[in-house]
Amino acid sequence: MSFVKLSASALAIAAVSATAASARDQVQVAGSSTVLPYASIVAEAFGENFDFPTPVVESGGSSAGLKRFCDGVGENTIDVANASRAIKDNEIAKCAENGVTDIIEVRIGYDGIVFASDIQGNSFEFTPTDWFLALSNEVLVDGTMVANTAKTWADVNANFPAQPIQAFVPGTKHGTREVFEDKVILAGCEATGAFDVLLATAEGDTAKAKKKAAEKACISLRTDGRSVDIDGDYTETLARIESNKDGIGVFGLAFYENNTDKLQVATMSGIVPSTESISTGEYPVSRPLFFYVKKAHIGVIPGLKEYTEFFVADEVAGPDGPLAEYGLVSDPELEKTQEAVSEEAIMGGNS
Amino acid sequence: MITQGKHSGSLLTQSARTKKRNAAETRFKAYGIAAIAVSLLMLLVLVTTIVSKGLGAYQQTFITLQVELLEKKIDKKGNRILADIKKVSTFGYAPLIKSAVTAKVEELGIETGLKSKQLVGLLSKGAAAQLRDFVINNPDRIGDTVEFRFLASSRVDGYLKGRVHRDSIANDKNISPAQLDLVDALMAAGVIEKTFNIDFIIGADASDQRPEAAGMGVAMLGSLSMMMVVLALALPIGVGASIYLEEFAPKNWITDIIEVNISNLAAVPSIVFGILGLAVFINYMHLPMSAPLVGGLVLTLMTLPTIIISTRAALSAVPPSIRDAALGIGASRMQAVFHHVLPLAAPGILTGTILGLAQALGETAPLLLIGMVGFIASNAPDSIASGLMSPNSAMPAQIYEWAKRADPAFYERAWGGIILLLLFLVTMNTVAVILRRRFERRW
Repeated sequence: MSFVKLSASALAIAAVSATAASARDQVQVAGSSTVLPYASIVAEAFGENFDFPTPVVESGGSSAGLKRFCDGVGENTIDVANASRAIKDNEIAKCAENGVTDIIEVRIGYDGIVFASDIQGNSFEFTPTDWFLALSNEVLVDGTMVANTAKTWADVNANFPAQPIQAFVPGTKHGTREVFEDKVILAGCEATGAFDVLLATAEGDTAKAKKKAAEKACISLRTDGRSVDIDGDYTETLARIESNKDGIGVFGLAFYENNTDKLQVATMSGIVPSTESISTGEYPVSRPLFFYVKKAHIGVIPGLKEYTEFFVADEVAGPDGPLAEYGLVSDPELEKTQEAVSEEAIMGGNS
Repeated sequence: MITQGKHSGSLLTQSARTKKRNAAETRFKAYGIAAIAVSLLMLLVLVTTIVSKGLGAYQQTFITLQVELLEKKIDKKGNRILADIKKVSTFGYAPLIKSAVTAKVEELGIETGLKSKQLVGLLSKGAAAQLRDFVINNPDRIGDTVEFRFLASSRVDGYLKGRVHRDSIANDKNISPAQLDLVDALMAAGVIEKTFNIDFIIGADASDQRPEAAGMGVAMLGSLSMMMVVLALALPIGVGASIYLEEFAPKNWITDIIEVNISNLAAVPSIVFGILGLAVFINYMHLPMSAPLVGGLVLTLMTLPTIIISTRAALSAVPPSIRDAALGIGASRMQAVFHHVLPLAAPGILTGTILGLAQALGETAPLLLIGMVGFIASNAPDSIASGLMSPNSAMPAQIYEWAKRADPAFYERAWGGIILLLLFLVTMNTVAVILRRRFERRW
């Protein structure tokens, strides 16, 4: 018993004394789970090539990451927030409120969003219109908006097989959902003319408010179980498709490329998604990926500047680098980003 | 006296009602056996699934190559100064590996139309880092030809393990049938081999591009550090609280409320403790994020009620006659407790503590909130203090993280990690059982 007591108290003392001497010596990153693989690849290579410890990369989603980023300045806050969307004005305001004023925005490249189904099943050639007609809550029939009753893909587009509509789309907390809504559903809404009808009947005082209301009506998805929100990761979407062979899921390009033995990818407006077709802009559904750095932490946290520069270096984020190999579409304007990073140019441009 | 009438009958021939009762009993026994059989079957299915899916992670494919450490590539100035050698990044080492693979293929006389980039694709992306580490540690070997054992890429490894087939890679841009042909040829030549992989047990986590290099070791150290914190805090606090409540505290409504609340706390979902930990330990007390110390503190809160309840049960199981005897020969109450009651209750307390620790070991939910999930377990701690303070993950968190990643090779490692975690839990529970068997006293 006395041995247990002794070792217990020794450990307690060690724990307390360790608390006193805590200077963080590694970069701390959190945010988007889409950016996580890229950030972890860079972090690993960074740890190998520099004398700094490997940065810590947590996931949790763009919004959660930016929220922690904006918690304040200091050692117990994160240095870098990964995001699969640009930071919003209200987030910048929140940051400023907590003293996080000088933010460096770094665009690392583009990420493609693909539609994939079971490899044994039917193949599809989608257009945004198909998705709008399949998943929207209301569709345009003879000039009026009526509830969507499409049951099979053949109801949506006569060229498609009569496969029941079952879509697994990212949940609302994912940055991917926004891209899906903007680039697919909204595009389909405008193409079918439903947007104009909705705009004409939209409520709102100003033209801007009306447009917003119409857009919101456009992207409201049906709730009868044909469209299922997936709040987890792509692995969950994949598991759903494996158990329901009729399902069609929304994935990141990199995830699809790692699972080509189970999934087949659908074309969008006739274009097969690949890093090439996305970088040329032919494939329509893509979005930029970012990370945000606290300028106040540069020089305080060892290795932060080096990590940031290393992330956007040609040999890492360039078209032949490991990130592109994993599925990132490299940014044609990478050079500009590199310059901005080495100058530590903050958002708002008044550095 | 034997009563004549409708109740009469022989003991040797069963009446209809007796038959019915006996049949009911037989049926009940059958239900019981069926229930046990079903649960055994479930257990069997579970264990076979885990073992069959996870065992692959303990073997890894290696490629043996002779690499010429060209001075003009890795030490351009030729002065062997470490600072200059370090300036060459892992990207600078890629050409060495490229020529080593090409040389090997030519030496074996294998006909292949593959370009050197595809040849290098057979190797793990970590090969360059392995080479660079070697050169930095042995600068005097620059210029020599050294034999290295590189990890094969996850696709090649999957091919040897049967996860990747020729018909499943039609759309895979990371591997081609021609590359698999080369793998077959290299295997025949003994260059590629599959052996036991100790790095899975002692290694660190690796990025999404290198599932073949990922290991559980650092996360295991993280779990171990957390368990040390839990043991160091929960045991003394829990035992102290129980001794006071059981032996000294007056029985009144305040102690009743405390008792009820301890039982309630034992049933609180662990995620609640995670939120509490985030708010109190990180945001208020400014302890570092992702640190096993914070994880240990959170798990201490979670384990305390379990330890208090089991300790109180152990204390109250000691017969009052022992206390009375001690008090009767003039011992103070504290002497009676510490000299007589506590030693007798110790086996029960230890069992409860170990079971509480085992429960804490498998906990993931609170760790999500204090930042222990992600790409974290890549720096091995170099001392006890850094083990507690520097960011780390834990075994269940690492398994969760691997299960989420895109490459199916990580999925295999997640199952492999489950085997390790289960071994830990079984060991802890066995120790608990042995302690109880050995030291338990019955009255």
